[in-house]
Amino acid sequence: RLQGLKQLLLQHPSVGENHIHDKLVSLSLLQKDFVPFLLNFLREQTSQILTNGPPTPAKTPNSKAHGSQRTGSERRASLGSFLTATPDTLPVRRGRRKGSSVVGASGRQVARDLGRSLAEEEDGKSDSGSWNGGRRKRSEVPLVSARSPPSQLNLNNLEEFPPMGAASGWTNKPSRRINPTPVSAERPLSKPKTCFTSTPVSQSPAARLSAGSSPEAFTAVQEGNLSSVISNSLQEEREMLKKERYGISFDPGTPTKPSYARSASLPAESHLVTCANPTKVSCKKQLECLAQLYSSCIAENLVPNIFLELFFVLQLLTSKGTSTAEDGDSDPEINESNRDISGRQHFQSVHNCVYFAVCVLDYQYEIISHLEKGMLKLLAENERIASFSPTLHKRLREAYENSTAKVSLLLPCSVQSVSFQPETDNRSNFPSDRAFHIFKKQRDIFYELLREWEDNHEKTGWDFERVLGSKIRAMMAHLSATFNHSRFARLFQKQLIQMCKGPIGGGASWGDTSDQDVLNMLGSDNLSRLKRLQERFVVPQSIRGPCPPPSFPGCQQFFRDFILSAGSYQFNQHLMDSLCLKILELNGLTLVEHEHSDGEADMDEQDEKKRFTVALLSLRLLAKFLGFLVFLPYRTAEQPTRDLQDSALALRNQILPVLDILKLLRQSIQDQRSILTIPWIVEYLSLVDHIAPFLDYYRKVFGLLLLMVLSEDKEMSFLNKLLILAVLGWLFQVELFLFCCILSAFPSFSYQDFVPLVDQQLLYTCCPYLGELRKLLASFVAGSGGKNGGFIRKITPTAAESLAPKASVTQRKLQIELEQAFFHNQPPSLRRTVEFVAERVGSNCVKHIKATLVAELVQRAETMLQEKVKEEDVNHDKLLEEVCAQLYEEGAQALIKGRDSAENIAVELATERACGWLSANIAALIKREVKATFNRMLKVPGFPLPGEDAVELRRDCPSGCQHCAPFPSQVINEIKDVLCVAVGPRDEGEVVDCVWLECLLGRLSQTLRCRKFMCPTSEQQLAKCTVELASLLGDPGIKSPEKSPKELRVKNNPTCGLLKLLFSIWKEDFGTSVPVQLIFSKKNIGYLAEVEQREWDLFLFLLHGLIEHGLMRTSEIQSCLHSLEELPWPSDFIKDLKMLSRVFVSEHQIEEPRTNPSELTRQSLGTVATHS
Amino acid sequence: MKLSKAQYDEIAQFLGHVQPTRQSLRKLKEKFPSQSQSTLLSIFSQEYQKQIKRTHAKHHTAEAIETYYQRYLNGVMKNSAAPVLLDLANEVDFAPSLMARIVLERFLQEKEQAIPSKTLINSMLRDPSQIPDGVLANQVYQCTVNDCCYGPLVDCIKHAIGHEHEVLLREMLLGKNLSFLAEDQLRAKGYDKTPDFILEVPVAVEGHIIHWIESKASFGDESSHQAYLQDQFWSYWNRFGPGLVIYWYGFIEELDCHRERGILLKDCFPTDIVTLRHSMAQR
Repeated sequence: RLQGLKQLLLQHPSVGENHIHDKLVSLSLLQKDFVPFLLNFLREQTSQILTNGPPTPAKTPNSKAHGSQRTGSERRASLGSFLTATPDTLPVRRGRRKGSSVVGASGRQVARDLGRSLAEEEDGKSDSGSWNGGRRKRSEVPLVSARSPPSQLNLNNLEEFPPMGAASGWTNKPSRRINPTPVSAERPLSKPKTCFTSTPVSQSPAARLSAGSSPEAFTAVQEGNLSSVISNSLQEEREMLKKERYGISFDPGTPTKPSYARSASLPAESHLVTCANPTKVSCKKQLECLAQLYSSCIAENLVPNIFLELFFVLQLLTSKGTSTAEDGDSDPEINESNRDISGRQHFQSVHNCVYFAVCVLDYQYEIISHLEKGMLKLLAENERIASFSPTLHKRLREAYENSTAKVSLLLPCSVQSVSFQPETDNRSNFPSDRAFHIFKKQRDIFYELLREWEDNHEKTGWDFERVLGSKIRAMMAHLSATFNHSRFARLFQKQLIQMCKGPIGGGASWGDTSDQDVLNMLGSDNLSRLKRLQERFVVPQSIRGPCPPPSFPGCQQFFRDFILSAGSYQFNQHLMDSLCLKILELNGLTLVEHEHSDGEADMDEQDEKKRFTVALLSLRLLAKFLGFLVFLPYRTAEQPTRDLQDSALALRNQILPVLDILKLLRQSIQDQRSILTIPWIVEYLSLVDHIAPFLDYYRKVFGLLLLMVLSEDKEMSFLNKLLILAVLGWLFQVELFLFCCILSAFPSFSYQDFVPLVDQQLLYTCCPYLGELRKLLASFVAGSGGKNGGFIRKITPTAAESLAPKASVTQRKLQIELEQAFFHNQPPSLRRTVEFVAERVGSNCVKHIKATLVAELVQRAETMLQEKVKEEDVNHDKLLEEVCAQLYEEGAQALIKGRDSAENIAVELATERACGWLSANIAALIKREVKATFNRMLKVPGFPLPGEDAVELRRDCPSGCQHCAPFPSQVINEIKDVLCVAVGPRDEGEVVDCVWLECLLGRLSQTLRCRKFMCPTSEQQLAKCTVELASLLGDPGIKSPEKSPKELRVKNNPTCGLLKLLFSIWKEDFGTSVPVQLIFSKKNIGYLAEVEQREWDLFLFLLHGLIEHGLMRTSEIQSCLHSLEELPWPSDFIKDLKMLSRVFVSEHQIEEPRTNPSELTRQSLGTVATHS
Repeated sequence: MKLSKAQYDEIAQFLGHVQPTRQSLRKLKEKFPSQSQSTLLSIFSQEYQKQIKRTHAKHHTAEAIETYYQRYLNGVMKNSAAPVLLDLANEVDFAPSLMARIVLERFLQEKEQAIPSKTLINSMLRDPSQIPDGVLANQVYQCTVNDCCYGPLVDCIKHAIGHEHEVLLREMLLGKNLSFLAEDQLRAKGYDKTPDFILEVPVAVEGHIIHWIESKASFGDESSHQAYLQDQFWSYWNRFGPGLVIYWYGFIEELDCHRERGILLKDCFPTDIVTLRHSMAQR
């Protein structure tokens, strides 16, 4: 076997990929161990030179160590031991943060903390990153403390890692066990659970020696003993695995390593960047051979995560090199002569690293060429690639120029509410008024919380639980009281989708948006936003590597924290129900494959892609939250012990999963739609607790997923494949230990997934960590100073144009927003309907046009071409272009024609429907509406009820009304002012001018005639006020200035004129009944009694007027006067009143024909006057 | 008319402790001739209401009520024609209408030997003729008529103003050919929160999308705006998305700070309105 490996490694570089692959197959027994070996070998070799970006973890341990040597019955135990060994950051974090007993905390608090600690990773509260960066830092930590093991876990751990040599049997040297360091007594509670029993891999053997930790390794190197080195490497690998299992998951952070985040653009070191020189490459053959081997592993999906490997390769490509490395480079001949390949340091020089990297990139060209355009640009601009492989450089340039895969990950996360739909949200959907009312409040509280979070969560010191926790729980208590959980869960879920569904906005398609368009979309007026954007590009970002831990970025944080703070079992259950339902619904999306015509994207196909993207992103979001909720109760603060774990497994194996993802996964494979299902299942699984992966059920799921990687279909759309590989690679890297558990012989398996639905936009949206590759390259450009400005960089001179607001673009943006806003508040069915109609009509039009106009044009083109080809020996391409250009103009007609016909069809259909519906339902509709109006009418106060005197209601303005009368409010206000003066107290000399009052009454009349602005209460108030005014007309506050008491004749009295005006207004202009009887109230008659010179003549005039205008009946007045006489008045007043009453009665009992009323008045006045 | 916070503060400062009489109003108008009357009245009314809210409790202690009642009785005993109640209210810095209510309540309590119902009191304040005592009726009426911040007459005027502006707004919407659902229609459909108008098709005002419009026939000062935000505007936003509030009598400029989030303030019907064109040919 060893010989086989040697042979393999030393094979001539000209051996093709297939050949190597065959070899690998023939050595299948070796294969499983070989891959991890190779990966680790490369990591180890390059560890010295890689200073850029975080170190990439190597592959998993080899399979034999954990599975193949065991019998079936032992397997479970082995898995269990993995679990024991598998660290989770949660306990680490919790312990570190709280520093106190976990048991003591209340259950709810624990759960909250657990979940939250998972979150802090991306909150930036802890910079400790994931697995990355740890290694470098670790080497700086004094070994003694670093090696102090945390607990007995380590012991268990080591038991589960039997000596590699014995297990594998292909090293001739007995393997060494590392002595477990005893638990340090001084630090029984020390928190770092990370295992530091092994020395950091990143150290060179020499460094290790100097640290005094691994003399054997040094000896091995000194002796040039291949086997010992291999063995040592395996040892390393084994240790690295352990370390990774600790370090790779959510948080490797320990108190001694506060921060791993490193700046990408190393400005201080930039001058150290070594200029890679192709001529200085040593041992090319070996490097080529390694590159081939490595590439084959990648191509065969033998690595857990291809993007991790690509990241590693790019690290090599952009390695800065060190002075020591340069020194070691000086003696290539000696190295060349050394045939002991695996012991040799092939990667000591930057030149070698770059050479290797360029070789691998060349092999992986297909994958690379499918990456997004920005990445291709950076690769095409990379001067190292250009100098090491001009052919690859050329291919990359071509790929860049032909690429349309622009990706924008701008995430405009703004809070938008879930719209209220009366069909589902109004009172009739609630069991009681109380439930309805409380839910109304809850909705408002929920959004209030959301706004508060949005405003404050980025502020330092703001704590979700502290600020919002009690509010949320109070709200939950209300939910419980009214059984509104399911309703609230639905709102919560809808809001979640609304806010977090990703950068796909709907209207605008981001995939093909050019940079300029993006800027325009943001709006050139919005300079601050642009500036922020620019900052984001300029300020170096930290490179965290392509395998970030699962996180809840952006707005998702709010929802996660809400769930944790709420801590409500009922709510969680309802939310899970709601999420499952929605997931099943979205997962059922039909994926239609469209036949390609000349590779051009059909309209249907584009719509299909858009729909797919939206569904996929929503599914991933929902599945992540479902996973979070499902596994939340099982999250444990501490790594469960073996016993606990076994019993937990026994218990939980009996329990059915909330959502049968295994069935869904199988179904999706069978239906060739795993491209939709796998990405969300991965999200779901990324949140498993310690034990779940070892449950029979989830093992099947993981196994199936792994099979998908190993047996991916060559026929599959490349981007579909990339997406699946990327998400699964991520999952396996995050849950690294799983990979090795499951990596054992599985039956061969094939699946198909044809419909090409993934584009780069979606790929990068789902796997934003792929952007790390680009960041790494970009940081290299930044780090190498101005040397590498990038020759493809195209600078579009747009300053003058883009600074001025582009009206059309802003308008277009606004129109798109308006359209979205419109649909937002409509029931979703409307959007679906409109989309369906648009799609069908549009698609049919295109087909129609293809069949008619285009076909005709093509026919003509054919004849034209035939003629021209005969003519002379012209360039075919040029000819084709010429002919096409001629026809384009006519083709444009198609557009117009298409639009016309589509519009016509749509309008016709709509009209037909509307007319049909109307003719069938118009009668019922009118009846319903009239009835509703009538009901409203009855409710209006002042509406005459049967039995009351029906006053003719005035409902319409006079014809030709311009609605320019004074507002009722204004007139009431003015009358109020008059009343103020009349009632007093008055300032000195303050009176109301009669002429002015007459004007006011004139305006009142206008106001009453125009009904537009009148409302019942205004009118009633006006009626009441005018009656009061009439009662006060005799008041000294209301005088005409010229009036002298001697001339007091009713006929000329301006007050009588005012009264007459009032009569007419009461009679003609009011639409409501005027409470004229108030004149006879004790209060109002009192005004008459108070005045020294009582104006009985005026009063009598008033009474006559009332009768005359039919405002009161004689009998009514008589009874009013009669009851007035009963009241306790001054004796002289009573006398006058009785007299007046008599006069009035005598005049009106004689039913004589009406003569001049003023004459009558004068007669009676004379009588009354004698008494006064 | 938009006022800066500083401008508003100047007016509020001037209002300090004024009595809600027409004389005070006149002075206010003389002092700030550049502001519209309605704006000044609205600010005046709001400031006065704030003042009353602050002192409300102190006028409703048993001792205070008793004192007021006795002073009223003594006053009318001396001269029933004098504005006893009104003067009393002005003297103790309390709204005349509210003073009338206190005394009326006390009066009825003594007369009926029971605490009178709120409806009865309200009805008597609306129509003092119903008050069994003629002198008190006159006194009460004098108070309610002379009060320009409280009382049934003022309430009615405010209601009328509100209604008129809603009608105005409706006319403007119709004039712009915008389709909308009005409050009563929304209520009939069972909406739990109802702005004055919901636009069936949203429009953009000054570049901001709006779904609803609320008409407020008052001046938007800090406290009233906060209260409206809490009770109404955010609730509308929570259900229907961003919207527009028109404060017809102006507002403090600085309050218009939620534009980005979706609550737009205007003091008139907007002119810059972009509608959704059904022909998206430009696309």
